[in-house]
Amino acid sequence: MSTNGRKSHRPNISISRRHFVQGMASAGVLAAFGGNCLPALSESAEQKPTELSGTHFELTLDTLPVNFTGRDSVATAVNGSSPGPTLRWREGDTITIAVTNRLKESSSIHWHGMRIPTEMDGVPGLSYRGIAPGETFVYRFPVLQSGTYWYHSHAQFQEQTGLLGALVIEPRDPYPVEFDREYVVLLSDWTDANPESIFSNLKQESDYYNYHRHTVANFIGEAKDKGAGSTLKERMAWARMNMSPNDIADVSGAAYTYLLNGNAPRANWTGLYRPGERVRLRFINGSSMTFFDVRIPGLAMTVVQADGNDVEPVVVDEFRMGVAETYDVIVQPTANDAYTIFAQAEDRTGFARGTLTPKLGLAAAVPAMDPRPRRTMMDMGMGSMAGMKMGGMKGMDTSGTQVMDMSGMNGRKMGVASMTSGGSTMPAMSDDAHRAMPGMQMSNGAGLTPFPQPGLKTKPIAEPRAGAEEVKLTPSKPLKMRVGPQVAAVPMTVSSRLNDPGDGLENNGRRVLTYADLRARYRGVDSRPPTREIELHLTGNMQRFIWGFNGQKFSSAEPIELKLGERIRIVLINDSMMEHPIHLHGLWSELENGHGAFNPYKHTIIVKPAERVSYLVSADTPGRWAYHCHLLYHMHAGMFRTVVVS
Amino acid sequence: MNTAGNILHGIGSVRAIVIIALCFGLISAKLANAQASIPAAPEPLPPKGPGWPPAVRDNTVFAHVLFDQLEGRASSSGTLFRWDGQGWVGTDMNRLWLKSEGFAGDGTVSDGDQEALYDRPIPHMRYFDAQAGVRADLDSGPTRVWAAVGVEGLAPYFFNFEPTFYIRDGGHMAGRISGSWDLFITQRWVVQPQAELNFYSKDDPARQIGSGFSDIDTGVRLRYVLTRKFNPYIGWAYDGKYGGSARYTRQSKEATSNSSFVFGFRVWY
Repeated sequence: MSTNGRKSHRPNISISRRHFVQGMASAGVLAAFGGNCLPALSESAEQKPTELSGTHFELTLDTLPVNFTGRDSVATAVNGSSPGPTLRWREGDTITIAVTNRLKESSSIHWHGMRIPTEMDGVPGLSYRGIAPGETFVYRFPVLQSGTYWYHSHAQFQEQTGLLGALVIEPRDPYPVEFDREYVVLLSDWTDANPESIFSNLKQESDYYNYHRHTVANFIGEAKDKGAGSTLKERMAWARMNMSPNDIADVSGAAYTYLLNGNAPRANWTGLYRPGERVRLRFINGSSMTFFDVRIPGLAMTVVQADGNDVEPVVVDEFRMGVAETYDVIVQPTANDAYTIFAQAEDRTGFARGTLTPKLGLAAAVPAMDPRPRRTMMDMGMGSMAGMKMGGMKGMDTSGTQVMDMSGMNGRKMGVASMTSGGSTMPAMSDDAHRAMPGMQMSNGAGLTPFPQPGLKTKPIAEPRAGAEEVKLTPSKPLKMRVGPQVAAVPMTVSSRLNDPGDGLENNGRRVLTYADLRARYRGVDSRPPTREIELHLTGNMQRFIWGFNGQKFSSAEPIELKLGERIRIVLINDSMMEHPIHLHGLWSELENGHGAFNPYKHTIIVKPAERVSYLVSADTPGRWAYHCHLLYHMHAGMFRTVVVS
Repeated sequence: MNTAGNILHGIGSVRAIVIIALCFGLISAKLANAQASIPAAPEPLPPKGPGWPPAVRDNTVFAHVLFDQLEGRASSSGTLFRWDGQGWVGTDMNRLWLKSEGFAGDGTVSDGDQEALYDRPIPHMRYFDAQAGVRADLDSGPTRVWAAVGVEGLAPYFFNFEPTFYIRDGGHMAGRISGSWDLFITQRWVVQPQAELNFYSKDDPARQIGSGFSDIDTGVRLRYVLTRKFNPYIGWAYDGKYGGSARYTRQSKEATSNSSFVFGFRVWY
């Protein structure tokens, strides 16, 4: 594996970090040479993925004998380790990655959250054919953004079997919030079971992995608290619909061992710090099916970035990570003591855990898991607060466009203002990228695409004859969903739940991050109001384990067509009883959470049960983009659409 | 709009930017153009190549077999082997469903009911499938072949419900209703009451069947979820014949009803 070892120019990079970077020769690499006789990653011995930096990378995909659980198993690995090496890029560089597939089946690597040409996006069937066994595919693209991202296979179930890794892109400009040391914290869910069997089991018995069903035994316990009458009434209400409030995660700790940087809880991944240092933790939820609730008892966390985009710092005690989301937080442990990074699965069937410590060997107590969340009538969209929610929704419906109009006006003013402050320097990113990639830069004579990531020096894009004509919004026709084999429920009312930290996190005495807290650090680049609205319902039938959009699976749905350059609003309405992390490839999803021009840019957006969420999308990059629920088995069950921008 | 790119190319120097920045108050409208602009000329997307796979395969064929009863039945009239299972192969929307049940013992097979049905979810119903196909009574008695139409699915309260209607030559009609319900005592101990009732429109003496309500097979089983797919159980079962069927059974000097202790496995894969 070759890298042209470029020295980082960033001033605040610490020696200790570089030490970390280089000291990570993984036993997984050894195992690649040692063959089957060497257990690659043992249950108790801590392992860390290596880190590669530079502009040229060679990655090899192969099987790897592993032991995360005490049982020998086989992972799909990158360069002999699972998770694969952390790749460290630099904004403005042009990156080439030669990926060689030594697996027996077709494979791929998708660069999650990257704004790159569609043929580099790594989705078999949309970007390319995939990487056939024995074949090498060379990815080459300019890096026009910075932040924490990740990569994973988009073929079959290889993501579940460990073909994933962290992606860190250093910004060209100094970090807006300083830190002394940084660690990637990559969370994942490992199973010794064959993922295809898991999928098949779910088709036959959708609560196969749920060992928290309603029982006579827990009825007695609950009846003691709430009274037999109300307990029975509640259970009957759920059973009448053949649904369960205990349906939190489709695949649970019954199958999963939760990993932190590839380490099972017992192996206890450890990151060192010096007391008083500001430590940046780059959290990535690289799991296939698991939402994590993350906290570090004893330490407040300052969230500074979400999905690779800087946000106004928010101090929290805990945050929930949907599958595929990333959050960068800064912690500053001052005591000469160890702290536990505790990431419990949303359904409380297990946790991933690591330790921050000033000296090796020190560990802090691992907290008990919180009570298991339960779905409520709120999740079903039929709570007693229906009137209230209706009010909230109405507010959202009518104010949506107004908010955007205002941001559009402010956008122009602010663009000028930021120009005065940063005007004497070149617009470094776009210009540099232009020089670096004359062939690949998708300039079509009309301007640069994709639009730049919002940053200190990023100016808003030009508007067509600004202010000349009023932009008309074509609202989407509200879809009247009906129940059927692919739609088990249609909520009576849906609401905005942006202020809601999520099921099981309400009123837990901790400051928990909500989507409403995410305010972009920099003004959005596209201040145009949307001209079109696309409404999509997230639908499914848990019993049948069928999932889709608008009651249709991928195979029976047409692509969503966007015109290049248009700005649209996507409205997602979750008709199901589960959260869905919805990921749009290639284009940013600007979450409309009330911050107007400072709405946060995301690549993956959680939609809670019976929630209505909207976000704006600038269709600035032509391509065939995958648009799907990032719960792996939901995606394979049909919750996937192609978005064509042309 | 097309000018935006040109401006960017044309400027291309720090000095130009600085100058523009200095007099931003006058030409602020143009200034906004100095960055990327809205792409205007859509380029045709290169077509998908030959042999590209679908992005996700959401119409995969699955196959499962579940034996709810695979058991010995011990009663005063001896011990019989009983099986009752169903399997399916297909996608979410199109399945071939196979069902089999029967008794074996003393060198004979009775109540041998084998069915092959096409299965499809019923539109606008969440949990019910329509099924149509053939039923063959294959056992030690004379063979009968029926056309079968039925539904199978989950009624409210997680109640498994499966009524089927049959018709065959000579205007014979039959009906079967079967149902079961899982009561979880704990996460691993499950009590399952179950019943199956048969009705016939005409006598079929060769198979000891009389018209009307013919027979019932019912029981309660306590199973232990050792693994999801392997549940050993014990229980009690009752099978009884009524009306004309009971008369025929008595004529052949057999018991019209049996109450038995059952032990076996609920398995699926």
